[in-house]
Amino acid sequence: MACLLKNWCIFILGVCVLGNAVIFEPGNLMASNQFAQVDRIVSPGGIEIWYVKEPSIPVISVTLGFRGGSANDPVNRSGLGNFALALLDEGAGSLDGIEFRRALADRGISFSKDISHDLVSISLQTLTKHSEKAFSLLGFALKDAHFEVEAVNRIRSQILNVIAEKKHNPRIIAGQRWYQDTFQNHPYGRVIDGTEESIKAITSNDLKMWVNRHLALDNLVVGVAGNIPANEIARLIDSALIGLNISSSVSRIKDFKFPDKGHTQIIQMPLTQSVVAFGLPGLKRNDPDFYAAYIMNHILGGGSFSSRLYQEIREKRGLAYSVYSYLLPLKHGGLYLGNVSTRNDAVSQVLSIIRSEIHKMVEMGVSEEELLAAKKYLTGAFPLRFDSGFKISKILTHMQLESLGINYLRERNNLIERVTQKDVHYVAKHLLNSKQLHVVVVGNPDNLETSGL
Amino acid sequence: MKVFFKQVQKENYPYNTYFADCLKKLFITAFLFAALTLIHFISNPLKANIFNSQYFVLENGMQVVAIPNHRAPVVTHMLWYKVGSADDPIGKSGLAHFVEHLMFKGTDKLPSGEFSRIVAENGGQENAFTSWDYTAYFQRVARDRLEVVMKLEAGRMRGLVVNEQEAGTEKGVLLEERSTRTDNQPAALLSEQMGSAQFLRHPYGTPIIGWRHEIENLSHEDAIKFYKKFYSPANAVLIVSGDITIKELRPLAEKYYGAISPLEFSTPIRPIEPPHRSARKVSLIHERVVNPSITRSYLAAGASDLNDALALGLFAEILGGASTGRLYKSLVEKNTLATWAGTSYQSDTKDYGRFFIYCEALSGVRILELEIALDMVIEELLLKGPSKEEVSSAKARLQTGIYLALDNPYAAAQIFGRALSLGLTVNDIETWPDRVEAITRTQIISTARKTLRKEGSVTGYLLPSKEDE
Repeated sequence: MACLLKNWCIFILGVCVLGNAVIFEPGNLMASNQFAQVDRIVSPGGIEIWYVKEPSIPVISVTLGFRGGSANDPVNRSGLGNFALALLDEGAGSLDGIEFRRALADRGISFSKDISHDLVSISLQTLTKHSEKAFSLLGFALKDAHFEVEAVNRIRSQILNVIAEKKHNPRIIAGQRWYQDTFQNHPYGRVIDGTEESIKAITSNDLKMWVNRHLALDNLVVGVAGNIPANEIARLIDSALIGLNISSSVSRIKDFKFPDKGHTQIIQMPLTQSVVAFGLPGLKRNDPDFYAAYIMNHILGGGSFSSRLYQEIREKRGLAYSVYSYLLPLKHGGLYLGNVSTRNDAVSQVLSIIRSEIHKMVEMGVSEEELLAAKKYLTGAFPLRFDSGFKISKILTHMQLESLGINYLRERNNLIERVTQKDVHYVAKHLLNSKQLHVVVVGNPDNLETSGL
Repeated sequence: MKVFFKQVQKENYPYNTYFADCLKKLFITAFLFAALTLIHFISNPLKANIFNSQYFVLENGMQVVAIPNHRAPVVTHMLWYKVGSADDPIGKSGLAHFVEHLMFKGTDKLPSGEFSRIVAENGGQENAFTSWDYTAYFQRVARDRLEVVMKLEAGRMRGLVVNEQEAGTEKGVLLEERSTRTDNQPAALLSEQMGSAQFLRHPYGTPIIGWRHEIENLSHEDAIKFYKKFYSPANAVLIVSGDITIKELRPLAEKYYGAISPLEFSTPIRPIEPPHRSARKVSLIHERVVNPSITRSYLAAGASDLNDALALGLFAEILGGASTGRLYKSLVEKNTLATWAGTSYQSDTKDYGRFFIYCEALSGVRILELEIALDMVIEELLLKGPSKEEVSSAKARLQTGIYLALDNPYAAAQIFGRALSLGLTVNDIETWPDRVEAITRTQIISTARKTLRKEGSVTGYLLPSKEDE
């Protein structure tokens, strides 16, 4: 179906329904028939936009995703992407830094930038009545940031400060050491903030080059939720983004290989509570076993109060406030990570519980009841991800980046429902090799056996 | 490290926002039938502008608000109790927070663990938090599961059952939580000391999480006694935000919460601060601090004094709004003394608030040099007052901020729940932009002068162990 609106050509290629969960305990309130319809729009300038319209809320939320992240920083310029993003609102277009940030703040426009290993995300949220100004500021930031020496040096000293402070933060130390050990020389081993040396070496020119190479139309995906017509959204997006380079130049990265042999390391620090990072290989987002692994993790250490690790470590024994695990499907390989903090004299007990739960999962998989409960939670909670425009715009970019398809919202719960006990057990046996478990403890743990690298 | 596909939320559970004190309480007893006469006057739903929220009061005294937002077939169901750590008995700090944790155990109808199991089975996400003046519980669920969570939440208002062993295990969790939030964090340790120095008499000076030695001695009986006293309909506010109307909510609220008997309820009277006559200074030296920083806190108006609170909110924007205020401009951009400088006005406490100023020295800058520069900026602004543009710009920010909550039912529920728990009304929120607009430049100046007095202040210095001053 295609429709022509004035001289805009807008293709509405897909429609999607946000399904309601199966009813277990019917109440007075009927399940609503509301649909979150995802439209694929191509703007006059040729930019593809995935759009969800919600006429009743006077807010527009936009998320831009640019493929490639901190792992693509040049070798001796680690932290470049993060540094450049910090300067986008430090003077752009006709405004200096203070004027720019005041223009945002006075209208309640939220403009945020984020970089992870594989992705740069830029989000804008504005009241619809301020949308012209908001998109014009977005355009300034992306296409005409000043990178003046004063601002560059000020942000440089702020970043150096962050780097110095993180060297004393047990959580960060544990995480960074875990990454460095696991990835060695692979670009994922680099710190997103960069290092003291790399940050000191970065010039204004490097920052401008990064923007030119990275923020380009060919590695961009756009997700929008808002209350204005599709052609208006297309026009606003074009006004902000046309003028960016057509082609990006982002370095290529190879897949990584997770080390065969795991280790347990201690970084001594005088703390009352030790901070522990642990992890195993995970899988990529497009792996056919992804959903089985997702359910397996939910049961083992995932997001609800029912997980086995939560029950064994917190509920039954009171050994931790927080313990959890999660899949991190990076583009060039997946990780399965977890964190726990516990008093020094309980670290070895907590780690042996974690090992024994991993072992149990490998040996016995999950019970029918556990699988059913996990499915009920995961399918029932899915609509909770769409109650704000900001969240919707982020999911729309995620769907594009991971090639989940425009019908993903409708199909996703079926992908969960389809997973069997056997699938979960298979993926557990395949993924959870406790010989590969890599543990970093920061603190002063008692009686903990270590194995160095 | 980031999780793109799925955000791990566990760390928020159950959390507390700030730190507070506990002193001897006096109580007056107000019998519920006295309150009921008042309730009948206001039980007609009143409709207003920004959120189109609707309000009524159940016969047992419980307040109810519906905030419609039909974007997704989802609701946030929140129950707020007007009790917090400022109600902890003397010597038993952390008790309100302990009760919050225990609320996730069993009830007279459900064995331990069933509550969370049922919420999860219905695709719900839940959590809870404790502050000085309130404790709140919430679930986010599909709208057709609202009734399930209402039944559960109503069931634990009076029916909590916890055995001694569970309570003992949970104390271990509390101590680990304290280690994570406070003992492992130099800035949090300083903040705790500053709180104690700020309040001479009022319980807001004791940490919400509690002092370690007092958490260790909390008993199962303490918790049950506290729970029975404070968890009752007339002390609670129900907020349902999202795909809901008052017409749908009222029968459900009456069925589940309305069935709970009205109880005699005692409102604690808290002590009043004596005059503050001397500026206090505290410092904490820690080997994990990199650059020295200054945190200044002034005793200020609480949320119940709405006009002063709004004036201070505006003044905070002008002096230290995020990377736009005078402090940032002067200390970070112009004089390059600090890596960061800003302010915040803490208004989520009803009796007193606090006005905070924070700045961190750039490497090599002496802390006293920074403090002199900081005081010059403050004094100049207090003396000459802000420009008209600064005032209108600050107003615009405070006004538009609230509109963005229209996009987020959870944020909207938070705003209303907090306001009602602190004694404000639905109307105060619905007419927020007008209330902000009505504050004059003169009011901002006089409230700021009254508040930013050295005698009412505590200055905290967080210093690296190598600092040579």
